[in-house]
Amino acid sequence: MIIMIPLLQMLVLVFAATYDLKNVNIYLVDKDMSSTSRELASKLDASPFFTINNTSFNPDDGEKAILDNKDHMVLVIPQGFERNLIRDDKASLQLLVNAIDGQAAQLGYSYAASVIRDFNKNIIAEWKGLPEFNPPYQINAVSRFWYNSELEYKWYMAPGVLCILVTLIGLFLSGMSLVKEKEQGTIEQLNVTPIRKIQFLAGKLIPFVVIALFDLSFGLLIAKLVFHLPVVGSLWLVFGFGMLYLLGILGLGLFVSTLADTQQQVMFVTYFFMMIFILMGGVFTPVDSMPHWAQIVDEGNPIYHFIRVMRMVVLKGSNFGDLIHEFIAMSIIGITFLSLAVLRYRKTA
Amino acid sequence: MEKVIEVHNLVKKFGSFVANDHLNFDVFQGEIFGFLGANGAGKTTAMKILCGLSSPTSGQVKVAGFDIYKETEKIKRNIGYMSQKFSLYEDMTIAENIRFFSGIYGISPKNRKEKQDKLLKDLDLESAKDSLIGSLPLGWKQKLAFSVAIFHDPKIVFLDEPTGGVDPITRRKFWDLIYEASDRGITIFVTTHYMDEAEYCNRVSIMNEGRIEALDTPDNLKKQFGAKNMDEVFLKIARNVE
Repeated sequence: MIIMIPLLQMLVLVFAATYDLKNVNIYLVDKDMSSTSRELASKLDASPFFTINNTSFNPDDGEKAILDNKDHMVLVIPQGFERNLIRDDKASLQLLVNAIDGQAAQLGYSYAASVIRDFNKNIIAEWKGLPEFNPPYQINAVSRFWYNSELEYKWYMAPGVLCILVTLIGLFLSGMSLVKEKEQGTIEQLNVTPIRKIQFLAGKLIPFVVIALFDLSFGLLIAKLVFHLPVVGSLWLVFGFGMLYLLGILGLGLFVSTLADTQQQVMFVTYFFMMIFILMGGVFTPVDSMPHWAQIVDEGNPIYHFIRVMRMVVLKGSNFGDLIHEFIAMSIIGITFLSLAVLRYRKTA
Repeated sequence: MEKVIEVHNLVKKFGSFVANDHLNFDVFQGEIFGFLGANGAGKTTAMKILCGLSSPTSGQVKVAGFDIYKETEKIKRNIGYMSQKFSLYEDMTIAENIRFFSGIYGISPKNRKEKQDKLLKDLDLESAKDSLIGSLPLGWKQKLAFSVAIFHDPKIVFLDEPTGGVDPITRRKFWDLIYEASDRGITIFVTTHYMDEAEYCNRVSIMNEGRIEALDTPDNLKKQFGAKNMDEVFLKIARNVE
């Protein structure tokens, strides 16, 4: 279990939860049938993102293909496209995008637009006989993506999925531990022994910290070997923060466990926390684009801090000085959860 | 004889419900004290207070010479407890359970080894040392739970309906273990539903609706109520109260 869960999660989720756009099917409605329109179509088809799936002369067929979810986009090249381009120096195209999946639609649209823009530039250069690399009067903005220059989404997702993994293990194991003893009646047996509160809670925390940290290292190893995740920063920082993080998460799990009487109750409550933590934590969607109140609430979300630290250290090489805010916030969260658990756990009812 | 449990005017209330209504009794060193009563009479509540699992509403209680309010942890060093819900760890082996509880009571590994060997031999469980508790039959589990409860040689052991759900022969064997422990000087405080078991006790108290209605040796109780056996004594007390 301890090996299989991280292995499966890393290998399946990281690939599945990708934002990379591949295999966008285009329905081509070429009413022009000119050499220019054909050239544009073959250029799109040649790009790794697009496949021209179907062609027809009727735009309604294209619409139907989108309705049937067969294709993602319809490109309509109107009659007289080439003629207009030569005579008036401009021509229009129609691009219909299926926006059910907003993110994919936007990405697909901008990829397609950039292919078309590129194509446009080439014709200008060809026809006007100007060198391709030196178009007239044009500002050329060159962007570079720092810390993940190839926009490798697996590098972005891997630390996030690892955070979820560690959280899942910590929260569920600690949540179940105490309530299982309540269900079996062993807690009563322990409560009549002279065992100290601190010994008992340490016994409930330490094994889970070890298991979760083991899975964290195992997950990082998979990320390194399979996705070639560059680990720029210090692993000590990752594990140091991981320890702090786990104390908080385990504290929360234990606290839930002290309140609950059955494992079902624990499942419901921890699942509720998991959902909020993950969806608000910035694993899949950037926290910066969340509403302001959500960003404030996120200061109390342990996953938010852990993911930030993981990504900052692993991809960017941030040092302790850059992460002081996260360390302080996490310490406050951790101490709060742990104290709740310690205060709530009583040997005498 | 030395008193190991002293209870004066013990009251336990849950809201307006009085579970224990001014209980008064003493238990002496080495005796087998039967704590009887119908379901809901307040036996388990009183026993949990004596074990330090629950605090009383009022009254003075001393267990093993320590005050129940201030010295709960000291009491816990001197008692053993076995509840009606079987409570060794099902997913650990016999040896692991013994090691775990020895650790809590601070029994040294060498000492543990000796006592463990003797325990397994007495219970005829040497070959089952490394089997999981969960895989054992209920009768074995109960004998084992009792042996683990007295593994650290407590002054008193509390047994809360220890023989629920097993056949008469297994029950009889369980009582052999209780007598052995009693011979070693361990005081036994036991609750039960079985009136034949009440006959095995040195003294018996019978509770009804939170009060102790009778307390004496089984023979004296039978004389007092003009009954043939403990069963009749019990029924007479229960009817009188109604």
